[in-house]
Amino acid sequence: MFVLIVGAGRVGSAVAKSALAAGHEVSVLDEDPLSHERLDAGQTQSWEDSGGQFTVGTALETDALVQAGIERADAFIASTAGDNTNLVIAQLAQKRFGVEKTIVRVMDPARADWYGEQGMQTISPTKHAIEMFERTLAGGGE
Amino acid sequence: MYAIIAGAGKVGRNLASELINKDHEVTLIESYRPAYLAIEEEFEHAVQYGDATELWVLERAGIQRADLVIAVTGDDEDNILVCQVAKEKYLCDRVIARVNNPRNHDHFRLLGIMPAVSATDLILRLIEHEVPRYGLVHLLALEEERLEIIELEVADDAPTVGEKVADIELPEGSLIISVLRGGTGFVPKADTTIEAGDEVLLVLDPGLEEAITAYFAPNGHPASL
Repeated sequence: MFVLIVGAGRVGSAVAKSALAAGHEVSVLDEDPLSHERLDAGQTQSWEDSGGQFTVGTALETDALVQAGIERADAFIASTAGDNTNLVIAQLAQKRFGVEKTIVRVMDPARADWYGEQGMQTISPTKHAIEMFERTLAGGGE
Repeated sequence: MYAIIAGAGKVGRNLASELINKDHEVTLIESYRPAYLAIEEEFEHAVQYGDATELWVLERAGIQRADLVIAVTGDDEDNILVCQVAKEKYLCDRVIARVNNPRNHDHFRLLGIMPAVSATDLILRLIEHEVPRYGLVHLLALEEERLEIIELEVADDAPTVGEKVADIELPEGSLIISVLRGGTGFVPKADTTIEAGDEVLLVLDPGLEEAITAYFAPNGHPASL
């Protein structure tokens, strides 16, 4: 499977590494060249030597998405720092490029819920954190 | 009419003032605290502090009863999101979005956010208006309908001078819709005669500009300069 990950912060880069390790073809797009270091960190060889692809560019630039290989992507992960950016680029991936599987990180639970109802696959870390806090609190600090 | 405006920059503020002067109800939403504080005194209850891409902020502003939502923040993603949510979640059928980067215009269109207004495009159009090529002025591009409305000043040596509208065989896909003469405009009839100095308004399929220009301003005299 060809996976395109836009936004290589903590989450994006970790998912990129594990997807590559699982044998997928992985391309990462990030506007900050420094993010590349996050992909190399803790690895024995560089991201490219391991078979990964890295493109510097802004997610909303069609050219950058194309350069990163969106046209042949089977899966698209939107994990930039901006909820709205993620929601917009995921829709571009779906509607303009017909990517089959798109997964969007949305910090705001309300937006995650609503766009989820509209058929987008959203992941809200905030929601998970809230649930875990609640569960831990109810469990008396276990 | 009740309008919600996201983004209290120059555009948002001035739009809000204009609408308030015209007796419309307005809520301006600004997420940058210092910018909000700077205009709080002027706009009082008509400005709210918050991120307009947060659903509860829109709900607090009463989006359920808004007739019009205008997104004019400096961020295209935010403008798209505000309009998309307004249209699809809160069923507000009139939205207007500002496009900051003209290269994002396609994204707005793809996601059905119309009209999307780009200041760059507007300024370009103004420049065209000031320095018309072939004396032709683009007044309006009806992109969805694939039509354009242009204005031309009829040159002295134009082949159409002295001709009746009925006798002018314009290319397929073009039509004279109005003539401005001596400061007043009228809708021409078949027997209206075109005079030098008239300003004619035409509606046409895109791409016919040059062909049409040959009929009214063959040497490309700039209009009224």
